[in-house]
Amino acid sequence: MHENRHTFRKGVNVLMQVVTLLCALLVIVPLFLIFYHILKQGIGSVNLAFFTHLPAPVGETGGGMANAIAGTFVLLGLAALFGIPFGVFGGVYLAEYAAPRVAWWIRFVADILNGVPSIIWGMTVSALIVLRMKTFSAWAGGIVLAMIMVPLVLRTTEEVLALVPSGYREAALALGISRWRTIFSIVIRTALKGIITGLLLALARVAGETAPLLFTAFGNAFWTHHLSEPIAALPLQIFAYGISPYDDWHRQAWAGALVLLLLVVSINIAVRILTRDRFSKLV
Amino acid sequence: MMVIEAKAVTGTEAAAEKARTSGAGDLLFKWFTFLMAISILVLLILVGYELLKSSKLSLHKFGWHFLSSSDWDPVAEQFGALPFIFGTVVSSLVALIIAVPLSVGTALYLTELAPLWIRPPLIFLVELLAAIPSVILGLWGIFVMVPWLREYLFPALKSSLGFLPLFQGPIYGVSILAGGIIIAIMILPIITSVSREIIRSVPNLQREAAYALGATRWEVTRIAVLSYAKKGLFGAAILGLGRALGETMAVTMVIGNRPEIAKSLFAPGYTLASVVANEFAEATTDLYVSALFEIGLVLLGVTVIVNALAQVLLKTLGGPGVKV
Repeated sequence: MHENRHTFRKGVNVLMQVVTLLCALLVIVPLFLIFYHILKQGIGSVNLAFFTHLPAPVGETGGGMANAIAGTFVLLGLAALFGIPFGVFGGVYLAEYAAPRVAWWIRFVADILNGVPSIIWGMTVSALIVLRMKTFSAWAGGIVLAMIMVPLVLRTTEEVLALVPSGYREAALALGISRWRTIFSIVIRTALKGIITGLLLALARVAGETAPLLFTAFGNAFWTHHLSEPIAALPLQIFAYGISPYDDWHRQAWAGALVLLLLVVSINIAVRILTRDRFSKLV
Repeated sequence: MMVIEAKAVTGTEAAAEKARTSGAGDLLFKWFTFLMAISILVLLILVGYELLKSSKLSLHKFGWHFLSSSDWDPVAEQFGALPFIFGTVVSSLVALIIAVPLSVGTALYLTELAPLWIRPPLIFLVELLAAIPSVILGLWGIFVMVPWLREYLFPALKSSLGFLPLFQGPIYGVSILAGGIIIAIMILPIITSVSREIIRSVPNLQREAAYALGATRWEVTRIAVLSYAKKGLFGAAILGLGRALGETMAVTMVIGNRPEIAKSLFAPGYTLASVVANEFAEATTDLYVSALFEIGLVLLGVTVIVNALAQVLLKTLGGPGVKV
């Protein structure tokens, strides 16, 4: 009887290890399936023309996504330009100056904003900029991505700065260096790698955003010559081609997906490698 | 002598000047960073204000009826959000039913049960899943997942569980269930990583006490870890719900986009986020645009409440050191 009970408990133990292992496998199976299919379907259509040509009109084969790829980088540039100062220095305020109560509230709101669906940001910028200027534009697309970035960057920056030992700050202050110089030259310098990691991850995240661009950047079949014109973006193009009824466009969509996936994944892996050494805690 | 004295004077003046400017610099920098941080609050107010202002027309015309009406007829200018609310809630619930057990199981495996060497690569893969853009998942969903569901999983469900109204009716592939599954894939990583943080924050003393009583590894996990982390794990699930409600692109591509309220999970549906994604850029009349803004407002309200609840649960009950 006693012996049986013991075997039973050991059996349950093994069973649950297997069950949880299966859970973990089920979680990563979609990852492998997605990579497999994107690679298989996309690789055939990724060629030089894909990177150098404009999209071909319906019915013509070939063509590329040169404008969409460039557009994605333009939008990322604008997002970084507008988003980074708010995110990084907001994070500095939380970590270095804010009273605990104030910090708690800002953190709370930032975490809530991180959960606001990205399409809502698109609507906001649409009401704020697009409907007023009466045109979709690259500016609007960049600003909406910046808005999504700010709370993300603020939280990671704050977390990284909090890891800088307070001895560093005290040593600098004891030497008579003013507080803001201390923060700038000692604290931010020390945590720079972690801050950059956070920035890269935030950029990788917004690089794939589609919903907020639908009615801000809008997309464009041609080159954009001015930032106040609609601009193409890789995710928008993948969406438009993916839901179209043409086989040729489907192939282009797979190729676009492969390029976007590689971009996002390589940033993630680069961050992994960047944070592998002794600064790995500063993430 | 005179020269030296003069130098001394300028020296102190310079020092005083330096002290003054650095004091000013300090103040300036502090206020600058303060303004940057406050932008977070400004953003929240801005989102709420713009959506509220833009949906005024629809708010006036339809009132509360907007939430309970299931007419969505842009031609007749009749707008009601019920089918979208229904689609959003049902697809999110399906996603949670699938994702929560899998995520918690994975988190337990990764923190308590797995051999040490296997943990870092598995954690990396789960993080990589989180990095896949929604539109790519949607593309995969249309061309790979939906056909597979139509050919294999749905018929199997129909023949085994077909006595439930949930699994009856014609099978199209694109459906609320397909939407729920794709949302589940999207929220697996975040529930897993928050659950991991929560389980890691369980004090080791709890585990050691259970081991000391002769518990097996699983019994330690069940008695010491799970019961301690229960509330935090609930918070993780609520956080996942918040993300599920707002998922847009991937869902739009597989849910079928038909504003109807059906009993069967095999039937096509529509969500709040999807209708905005599909119709906003093409909405022609002011009232139509306004109705879509009100849909956005509903979505914003629900996600803010759900996320606030999740944050409160995680920040107060999850124990200190839980990073979300």
